[in-house]
Amino acid sequence: MDQFLQLVVAGLATGAIYALAAIGFTLVWQTSQTINFAQGEFVMLPAILVLVGTHAGLPVWAAFAVASIAFVLLFGFGFKRFLVEPMQRHGVLPLAIATMALSVLVKEAAKNGFSAEAQPFPSLVPDGMLSLWGAALSARDLAIFVVAVVAIVGLQLFITRTRTGRTMQATAQNPTVARILGIPVERMILLTFLINAMLALVASYLVSPVYLAKFSNGESIGLAAFIAAIVGGFNQIRGALAGGFLIGLIDNLTAAYVSSAYRTAVPLVVLVVVILVKPEGLLGRKEERTV
Amino acid sequence: MIRRLDASLLILLVAFPILWLLPSGLKSYGLYVVSLWLVMSIAAMGLNLTLGYAGLTSLAQGAFLGIGAYATAILTTKAGWPLPAAFLASSALSFAVGVLLGFPALRVKHHYLAFVTLAFTVVVFLVARNEQWLTGGVFGIANIPRPVLFGSDLGAALPFYRLLLCVTLVLALAMWWLLKSPWGRAFLALRENAVRAASLGVDIRAYTLLAFAIGSAYGGAAGSLYAPLVEFIDPAPFALSASFVLLLTVVAGGAGSFFGPFVGAFFSYMLPELLRATGGWYLIIYAAVVLLIVMISPTGLLGLIERWRDHRSQAKAAAARAAAAPTLGAASGETDSLGKGATQ
Repeated sequence: MDQFLQLVVAGLATGAIYALAAIGFTLVWQTSQTINFAQGEFVMLPAILVLVGTHAGLPVWAAFAVASIAFVLLFGFGFKRFLVEPMQRHGVLPLAIATMALSVLVKEAAKNGFSAEAQPFPSLVPDGMLSLWGAALSARDLAIFVVAVVAIVGLQLFITRTRTGRTMQATAQNPTVARILGIPVERMILLTFLINAMLALVASYLVSPVYLAKFSNGESIGLAAFIAAIVGGFNQIRGALAGGFLIGLIDNLTAAYVSSAYRTAVPLVVLVVVILVKPEGLLGRKEERTV
Repeated sequence: MIRRLDASLLILLVAFPILWLLPSGLKSYGLYVVSLWLVMSIAAMGLNLTLGYAGLTSLAQGAFLGIGAYATAILTTKAGWPLPAAFLASSALSFAVGVLLGFPALRVKHHYLAFVTLAFTVVVFLVARNEQWLTGGVFGIANIPRPVLFGSDLGAALPFYRLLLCVTLVLALAMWWLLKSPWGRAFLALRENAVRAASLGVDIRAYTLLAFAIGSAYGGAAGSLYAPLVEFIDPAPFALSASFVLLLTVVAGGAGSFFGPFVGAFFSYMLPELLRATGGWYLIIYAAVVLLIVMISPTGLLGLIERWRDHRSQAKAAAARAAAAPTLGAASGETDSLGKGATQ
């Protein structure tokens, strides 16, 4: 029972990180039909940028600040303006393929421009054990969970409670009508890309102390976020949220009870089953499809 | 479409003797690079059928490359099969797995199909890495033999390259024949408008499965040649990114054009080797170049050339119209629209 509780907490912590990446993924899909195959690299890169800063002699806080601003500018604004916008008129697939090329580019740049080895990353939370109902729980896992949930709740409040948030939602649901109603659609789409970059940023700073910062981190995280978004429901934020936690839990429980070698395979099987049985995802809405 | 395919056959038959003679001056590394280009062109040709002609987005070609490579490696090292038998078995196995993977393609399309095939690729990679008794795990399989055919040893770089060239020619001719046959047109119909194709009596189920399976068989065949080419395989070259790169290869070369895979494979597998002199940066340059190609012309490099040719012939037609306009007088408006229709 002890072990099970630990696994659940660890699973929720991993799941929270997946959820952050999956929500960003879902947001940019909703507003601009962008399937971002580079989402995992988006989570990998900020930590690398911070380390580039500290290696260049910046103090830790300054490195964080510079890395965060540079990342959001480049992969929020720049990604939207210079990759998504020119590609969008060609359709969903060419755009998705361009993001695949971007993922290779970012990964190789991190490998050659920084380091091919895993590097330690400064942890924002001290590592230790907390005792809760007789079970020893990792403080770091709990902290990750709490920070991620705060970020997600904040986003949810922004979307549902503020005017800007609601216009953003309207843009996501129906860009044409939103435009007719006088909503600055382009600015709202840009906003979702900025939010996506910020969510990736938070996920990166949370996950890197645990897994170390490495150029190839994006592969597994991107895949998990991807699965989480689709399993939960491609077109719903709460779907991505639920999907993230579900995949995090499955991931950790599989590693402990079934086979650690095949921990990545079980979420994939879940993915295939969901796509075949309920392609709109567990919590998703059905989308109209051209036949 | 058909005329273009005939031209393709001509180019193929002219290119063959050139490619046969060309690399005889190359050192073994140069030969390896050209051989790799041939092998990857075969894999890309298969994906081009699935993606470019039948319009099914597959992120599984890297996995089929792996299935073919492992099947051949296991059959030739552990079971002692000769390479030709292992080649046929690997292709047949990939064909069979391709049929199975094709079933999801009957239910879902576009990006959802990409997701399903992506999952398949990761699972194949995990099996290759974890099932040590079969695949050797991360240590891989070493000493994969090069073939001996009709009593002559094809182990050296040049004879093996020429063998690869012959196999590539045969597979390219088979692809050419397939595309020219009614099957090829059925695949195109599938891509352009599946519902209309069905109403015209094309069996959508069968052709979807076939497009997937034949494309996969080419992937397996390429893998089966890749294994003896590199003589040592481990799971790394068959990871998900390999399937990404193969997809980019087909798209950058020109999806749905006969020589697209060859052009794309040149970019994806030969260019990085040529850029090796730039140190660790060649993959970055490569990725940036591909990104640019995809952004500038989603129909690939050959699409770019085609667009330029269309543009030129349109300009020529416009010039002819302008020259004819004074004599035609009032009828010029009519010829204008006719001329446009003919050049498009």
